[in-house]
Amino acid sequence: MSSHFSDVELRVKALESLLVDKGLVDPAALDTLIDLYENEIGPRNGARVVARAWTDADFRRRLLEDGTSASAEMGFLGRQTDKLVVVENTPGVHNLVVCTLCSCYPWAILGLPPVWYKSAPYRSRAVIDPRGVLRELGTELPDDIEIRVWDSTAEVRYMVLPERPPGTDGWSEEQLGAIVTRDSMIGAGLVGVPAGAAP
Amino acid sequence: MNGVHDMGGMHGLGPVEAEKDEPVFHEEWERRVLAMTLATGFLGRWNIDMSRSMREQMPAAEYLATTYYEHWLWALERLLDANGLVRPDETEGRMRAPRPGQVPASPPAGVAPLLAAEVEAKLHRARGARVDVEVAPRFRIGDRVRARNDHPTGHTRLPRYARGREGTIDRDHGVWVFPDTHAAGQGTRPQHVYSVRFAARELWGAEAAARDAVYVDLWDDYMDPA
Repeated sequence: MSSHFSDVELRVKALESLLVDKGLVDPAALDTLIDLYENEIGPRNGARVVARAWTDADFRRRLLEDGTSASAEMGFLGRQTDKLVVVENTPGVHNLVVCTLCSCYPWAILGLPPVWYKSAPYRSRAVIDPRGVLRELGTELPDDIEIRVWDSTAEVRYMVLPERPPGTDGWSEEQLGAIVTRDSMIGAGLVGVPAGAAP
Repeated sequence: MNGVHDMGGMHGLGPVEAEKDEPVFHEEWERRVLAMTLATGFLGRWNIDMSRSMREQMPAAEYLATTYYEHWLWALERLLDANGLVRPDETEGRMRAPRPGQVPASPPAGVAPLLAAEVEAKLHRARGARVDVEVAPRFRIGDRVRARNDHPTGHTRLPRYARGREGTIDRDHGVWVFPDTHAAGQGTRPQHVYSVRFAARELWGAEAAARDAVYVDLWDDYMDPA
C-alpha cells in the first residue's frame, strides 16, 4: 500500500479515467475548462470594469442600473451568469458579498473565489459580524458607516464597485485598473494607492 | 434541510484567514474535480439545484472537515451513481487497479459528452435559472414581508437566519426557477426573486449596528406580506 497519492488524488484519477472510458467526458474539454478558469477568467476582468466606471460616468450609471449588460459591453459575462448586480460603495455605505449556503461568487467577472470566501468562518460570520470579519481581513471600518451584506442565495451574482481612492486624479483607466484588488470587489477590502504606484 | 451548510449566523467556526498570493488551485486534483463537475453538468442528467442539494447531503462532521472541492467530488460521485453512470464499486475498483478495464467506450444512448471545441459556446449559452415567462410578482418594491418559518427536509435557499424575520423588498430580480422543486425533480415553478433587506437588528438583536443590513435573495414562495 505504499503510494505517494493521497486517497482523494487516487479517487479523482480513478473517476476521471472511468468517465473518459465510458465516453462521458472528453479529457480535452477538461483541460479547456481548467485553462479558462485558471488563466483567462479572473479578477482582472472585474478590475477593468471598475476602472471604466471610475473614469466614465455614463458607464458607471449603466453598470449600477444593469450590471449584466454593462459588463457584457466589455466582453465579460455570458458564462453561466444570468444576472450581475453591481453595488456601489460610498463614503457612508460599505457593501460586502457572501454566500452563506454554499459559495456562489461572480465567476464570470472575478474568476474562482479564494479559499477564505468558501470557508466556514467567512460564510458563517459575514452576515452576523461583518465588521469583525473585515477586521480579520485587514480592514477597519468606522462605526458610522452602514454595512450592507449581500447573501447570494439565488443565481443573481453580486460585485462591489469600490470607492476610487484619493490621489488618483488624472490616472488612466489602465493605471486605475492595476490598483483594483479582487478583495475590494467582494467588499472585503478597500482600494488604496500602493507606495510607488503613482504614474 | 437544516444542514450544517446553512451556516449564516453561526459562531465558533474560527477566524477568517486569507492566504497571501493564493493560487487559483492548490492541488492538481482540484483542477480535475472542478472541470469534471462542470463538464458532466452538460450531460443534462441533473441541474444545479440537484448538485447543491447533493452536496448538502454530506454528513455534517465530514462537511466541516473537508474542503470545497472535496464537497464537489463527494456530490459528483453520488450524482453519477444516482443517474446510473458510474457506480461507487467501479471507482473503488479503479482505485485499487488503476488500469482501464472492460468498459464500454461509447456513452449510454442520449448522453453526449461536452467536447473541447464546444466549451466556450456552451458556457456562454448556459442559462442557469432565469426564465423568460410572464409571472405576476406577489410583491412590489418597498413592501414589508415576512420570511416563512418553514423547515423543509429537502433543498431550500431560504437560510435559517432569515426565517420568521421581517424585511423590505429592495429589488425585483425577475422570474427564476424555484430551487426547492427543481432540486427534487418536481418542475421549475417559475416565480419572482427579490432582494430583501433585513435590518441587522431584526436578524441579530439589539447588539447589532443600528444601520447595518443583510440583503437576501428570496423567492415569492418564501414570503408572506408582513
